[in-house]
Amino acid sequence: MGEKASTLRKYLPTALWIVGLIALYLILRAVFAPHASGINLNSKMILSRIREVSLFLGAIAAGMALIEIYFYQIFFRRPTRPLTTIIVRFIQGFLGFITLLLIIAFFDLTDLIRLPEGPFRNFILLPTTGFAALQKFLATAKIAPAGQASLSAAILLVVVLGLLFFLIQRITEPRVSRVGLAYLLVIPALVGVLFLIIYPFLFEIKLAFSNASLGTQATKNASYGLQYGWQNLVTLFTGNVAKDAKFFEVLGRTVLWTVINVTFHVTGGMVLALLLHRPMKLQGFYRTLLVFPWAIPTTIAAMALRNEFDLRYGFFNIMLNNIHNFFADLSTKVALLSPVFSWLAANIGPVSWKQDPFWAFVSILISNIWLGIPFMAVIILGGLQSISHEYYEAAEMDGANKWQMFRNITLPLLRPVLTPAVILGVIWTFNKFDVIWLITQGGPQEKTDILVSSMYKAAFQFYRYGFTAMFALVIFLILLGFTIVYLRVTGGLKSATE
Amino acid sequence: MKKQNIFARFYRWFFFRARGDSPFKRLLIHLLLIIACAISVYPVLRVVTISLRPNDTLLTTSLRIIPENATLDNYREVIFGAPEKNRKSDFFLWLWNSFSVVMVTSIISVALAAVSAYAFSRFRFKGRSAGLVFLFTTQMIPAGMLLLPLYIMLAKLKMINSSLGLIIAYSVSSVPLTIWMLKGYYDTIPVDLEEAALIDGASRMTTFTRIILPLSSPSLAIAFLFSFMGGWSEYLVARVVLQKNELFTWPLGIWTYAQQFTVSWGKFAAASVLIAVPVMALFLYSSKWLISGLTLGSVKG
Repeated sequence: MGEKASTLRKYLPTALWIVGLIALYLILRAVFAPHASGINLNSKMILSRIREVSLFLGAIAAGMALIEIYFYQIFFRRPTRPLTTIIVRFIQGFLGFITLLLIIAFFDLTDLIRLPEGPFRNFILLPTTGFAALQKFLATAKIAPAGQASLSAAILLVVVLGLLFFLIQRITEPRVSRVGLAYLLVIPALVGVLFLIIYPFLFEIKLAFSNASLGTQATKNASYGLQYGWQNLVTLFTGNVAKDAKFFEVLGRTVLWTVINVTFHVTGGMVLALLLHRPMKLQGFYRTLLVFPWAIPTTIAAMALRNEFDLRYGFFNIMLNNIHNFFADLSTKVALLSPVFSWLAANIGPVSWKQDPFWAFVSILISNIWLGIPFMAVIILGGLQSISHEYYEAAEMDGANKWQMFRNITLPLLRPVLTPAVILGVIWTFNKFDVIWLITQGGPQEKTDILVSSMYKAAFQFYRYGFTAMFALVIFLILLGFTIVYLRVTGGLKSATE
Repeated sequence: MKKQNIFARFYRWFFFRARGDSPFKRLLIHLLLIIACAISVYPVLRVVTISLRPNDTLLTTSLRIIPENATLDNYREVIFGAPEKNRKSDFFLWLWNSFSVVMVTSIISVALAAVSAYAFSRFRFKGRSAGLVFLFTTQMIPAGMLLLPLYIMLAKLKMINSSLGLIIAYSVSSVPLTIWMLKGYYDTIPVDLEEAALIDGASRMTTFTRIILPLSSPSLAIAFLFSFMGGWSEYLVARVVLQKNELFTWPLGIWTYAQQFTVSWGKFAAASVLIAVPVMALFLYSSKWLISGLTLGSVKG
């Protein structure tokens, strides 16, 4: 009896889950089936995407596994006899060599380096062409199912490699390696970072010294050389960065954008945090409401705010219009202060947020400040909560007033939290242009562009690839300088690498 | 003892209470907080308002929160399309595109990071500090900076206009951040636990899979969430990589609504609400852990 009950208990949650999922499925089906003709998504599309991404993930996993086994055997296995040593080292050397060729072929394919036509290039491309030949063979010999030639060839290769590794495993003995595991653990990330960051970075440096643009079909017909790099640099500092704007003008605006945003974020966040940091009712409620701008997806917030800056139907102009009418009304009713009110009415009114460069800049500032305050408030609140009460009690006994306490206790003790938050805030704001892009698109006449958005425009609206790469490098150097200052100020790197 | 005037007593109690904050101050604080809450919530409410407006009164200067003749038509059209007007709804397609891309990105980042962050946290090997400095620097690099070479690379690999290309592009910023964050988490797990297991004869790998991974499963979840949130509402990279409508992620999709002021503002608002509500619920629910993730990982000096 008891056993039966426990079996029931064991499987009950699973069963409930299954029943629940089936019920959910049936409900969704009942809701959506009648409208299926209007919905542009069907199970076939879902399945094909699942297949696509799982193949992708599988390929990554298989590749990583092969690399891991390869290095595992280098670190942790040792051949026993001279003959096996030769065999094992030969296989390992061969595989390493093939990988090297593949990497060079990849560089060639993506135009990082361009190999001259000839036997040397053919030799480098041997693994690639060999793989293509294998695919063709599998397809023509009808070994592989139709349309699956590349997948079958890949699986075949993995199996062959697996057998090779198995062979090595059999003719070697274990070996102790102290750091081997560490390297094995790091290798996947290393491969990822090499592919995702180092490689694009090298590519960027190469592009910076080229005249690549739409006219040269990106890198296809581009020429490379120091003179192009110099030319790009000269254009950057003297010419137009995107279309009309000049570099230093945009740089100045970027600094202004960053300083104003971060100042408001920190002061606003500080005020909110200080208000919230006390025993009070409804604290959780306020906190939840206050993080709304942070919680709402930035894209949605920016697009929604963009519409609120509309000339006639946006919230801001409706409000300004109402205030204008209010004062205009007052100026006729209250005779005594009439000049004041009419002056106010004349000066407060709807603003053309989209056409006027100044107001456009204000509109993106308002939006970004609104979006950024909650984050700072939460960080600062966390810092405040970590400060012990005893400091304040001691200060109170010594007769310190509130301002003195804030100045001499709160601020210094908040420093470990505040400094990195401010510096990261600066870097994020410096780089953050999705709000700008979604609200003004840098307009009117590129008067609200910051460096990064100009760069984005130069690349993807004006297709000035070589120039953009140089631009990106200059921005990177600016940020690197800032980062170094940051590290000097906080000594952060030491604690980070320990 | 002289009996005080009741007003004077009230005055003193109200403005100068000895212990804690005086009621006046508390009133003021609540007032300020309510204003701040209104400012932070009102724009969000406006989106809800617009989504409820019937199509013929979209263009109105009314500031009412619940509009006149409120209707769910916009929602219906966003979800089910308008077959009678021969318009299909792409809403679920966009959501599915976003979801599949961001999910795979997060899986890749967390899988890579969970393993290598352990090495960075526990082992001392050659190249470790260089690697950490490198990871630290990548946090300072804007993702947009590498976008151009990445774009050309993806174009050469024929991955433009493919979800896989977008996955790669998102992994650029997601992988280093996740490694950095998880390293911070692993650092907080005491080494003693592993040492005890090592003395009992467990291998390094066993201690990792049996002790560290289970202990850090909450942090893995947070790292996953971070990576997910980072890509979920991304617009600028997706705009460059994806150009075909059937591959659009939802930010690209609702941008097509938001661009035209008149026609689709209501639909844009309805779609926004449908997307934002679950995301915000998840965010508010998990904000405590998200904040701990920030302080442990990226903001840590």
